[in-house]
Amino acid sequence: MQKVTASQLIDRAAALLADGTVRAVLGWKKGEFDYDITPAVFESEEELKASFVFNDFCGANVSKYLVRHTKKIDGKILVFLKPCDTYSFNQLLTEHRFDREKVYAVAIPCQGMADIDRVKAISGDGIVAIDCGETIRVTTLYSEAPVSVNLADVLEERCANCKSKKHVAYDELIGEEGEVLDSARFDEVARLEAMTPDERFAFWQNELSRCIRCNACRDVCPACTCEKCVFDNPQSGVENKAPANEFEEKMFHIIRAFHVAGRCTDCGECSRVCPQNIPLHLLNRKFIKDMNECYGEYQAGAEVGTLAPLVDYTLDDPEATDVLTRRDCDA
Amino acid sequence: MRKCALEKMNDVFAAIASAKTLYLPVDGTDGNAVYTKWEDGVEWSEQLNTVRSPKDFFFPQTEDLMAFKTEGKSIEIIDIRKEAEDFVIFGVRACDVRSFDILDRVFLSEPVDSFYASRREHGIIVSLACSRPSETCFCGTFGIDATAPAGDVTAWKTADAVYFEANTDKGETLLNEIEALTEETSDEAVRVQQEKTKTILAKLPLAGLKTDAFGGGKTKEFFDHPAWEELSQTCLGCGTCTFVCPTCQCYDIKEFNTGSGVVRYRCWDSCMYSEFTRMAHGNNRLTQKERFRQRFMHKLVYYPENNDGLFSCVGCGRCLSKCPISMNIVKVMKTIGGNAE
Repeated sequence: MQKVTASQLIDRAAALLADGTVRAVLGWKKGEFDYDITPAVFESEEELKASFVFNDFCGANVSKYLVRHTKKIDGKILVFLKPCDTYSFNQLLTEHRFDREKVYAVAIPCQGMADIDRVKAISGDGIVAIDCGETIRVTTLYSEAPVSVNLADVLEERCANCKSKKHVAYDELIGEEGEVLDSARFDEVARLEAMTPDERFAFWQNELSRCIRCNACRDVCPACTCEKCVFDNPQSGVENKAPANEFEEKMFHIIRAFHVAGRCTDCGECSRVCPQNIPLHLLNRKFIKDMNECYGEYQAGAEVGTLAPLVDYTLDDPEATDVLTRRDCDA
Repeated sequence: MRKCALEKMNDVFAAIASAKTLYLPVDGTDGNAVYTKWEDGVEWSEQLNTVRSPKDFFFPQTEDLMAFKTEGKSIEIIDIRKEAEDFVIFGVRACDVRSFDILDRVFLSEPVDSFYASRREHGIIVSLACSRPSETCFCGTFGIDATAPAGDVTAWKTADAVYFEANTDKGETLLNEIEALTEETSDEAVRVQQEKTKTILAKLPLAGLKTDAFGGGKTKEFFDHPAWEELSQTCLGCGTCTFVCPTCQCYDIKEFNTGSGVVRYRCWDSCMYSEFTRMAHGNNRLTQKERFRQRFMHKLVYYPENNDGLFSCVGCGRCLSKCPISMNIVKVMKTIGGNAE
């Protein structure tokens, strides 16, 4: 599959701005070091040419920004969506979070995004330039010649276990369409399920004890679009700004996972942004796996308007007792 | 200058830890380095720095301040302060050592924060010079010399040894305690390393970043700058930058009903949060733009205005590598400081 280039996207976006189809473009802006990409809104061809970028580090899922930016802009906004982003896009539409009429969605293929920590594990620190061509060539302060890195070796976890190269929503597709994939994304969940309850508790204790309650996982999550989160609301009685004890460390993440169960598309943004490398996506994947096993395969965001298993009722639904006794209730 | 062979460092750690609690950067299970209490078997991390800064030792994320016990209509106030015990933080980088000066000006000014003061008094800082800075480093922008960090003791690590020099009485005492494990030596190896590191520092991508445009008295110039809108337009409003920052010092004071009484505690707060400095009349900063602006104005204008021109950023680069959208103080300085490339 051919990589789409930034210049292809800039040309198309500039044309759509010029003919008045859209008033603004939601995409990615280059940073200081080629890998520190910022989601951004562009309003002119000049802005696009000056700083729009699409490379192996554009992992940020920009679909959630539509909630904020469709309200700000008079007219349509163009949004570039990678395959996994289109699932979030559909799920946001299912939840009526933005007006579809105000969006022009351009689907773009994705070969998976690179994790800068994995790149640095190979290239070393002190990166001064990264050339994202067929192979990634990294120039550092400490190596004589650029270090070549294969994208396949440095993919983000979610991309190494990509669930779909197919776009499930768009007005226009640039490049080739892909397929839904058979991924190994539930393998790690299965490994946790095979643990004893004590082992599993120790696993999560270790992971969640690192939480600093920066809320980045929540704030980036396309399923977390409440106007006022209970954890921020002093009136809610459960507001807390810091994990004051081990109980609170765990409860925040577990409650959040329950809240997004059935709505989480498994985009993996939570784990990408966590400064403490907590594998938060595993909590969500556990719920997805359970729902698949109890209620039949369901992919949030695959279509607009579908009811998730937990908010739907069919005569075939297993009885609560069946769910509970499954695998001897995990214990 | 004292010297200890690298393979003997475990003995040094053991000697320090026999008398005081010793913390040093250790690789965690997730791969990031984290300050960890030294025990036999714990290995000193090779990484440049920790994700969480050592400010946590003096200004922890949560801390109980006092307790109240109610019986009928009487309230008993319980002072739960405890005197800190001596502890050593080993391997603090130059940027983070500077951050303590910045925190001191806040917490040790009248009224002195006795919780913070007690820990500062009992904390002994062994700093560690840098020899392989990252592209995200820009401590030089704030006049910090990464090759000669401050602290009670300064340490330099070479391929085969660690060199020590005391800077304070506390540092002198600590070095005396490990005297048998170290030997007197010339500073030749350290000077060679420093020169080499300085050539690298000069080549860092952010080496040319200047603070000239900022400082006290610039509030009017920058407050209504049109670029705040664009800079903040995709800010998530999370607290990552503030919580990994070694100089962010804002906190909230809250109370917790224990069932049999009340505990008053404080916890870090973040200007990025919607409820930050909420008052009886409501909130001062209603949009993310205003909250975002507060963070950078505080570091680049308000703090220096109140602290003899000292900026409250140390160029450690944590926010550069950890912000989910890669928006940070460098991009802000380049954009509103008028030296964007």
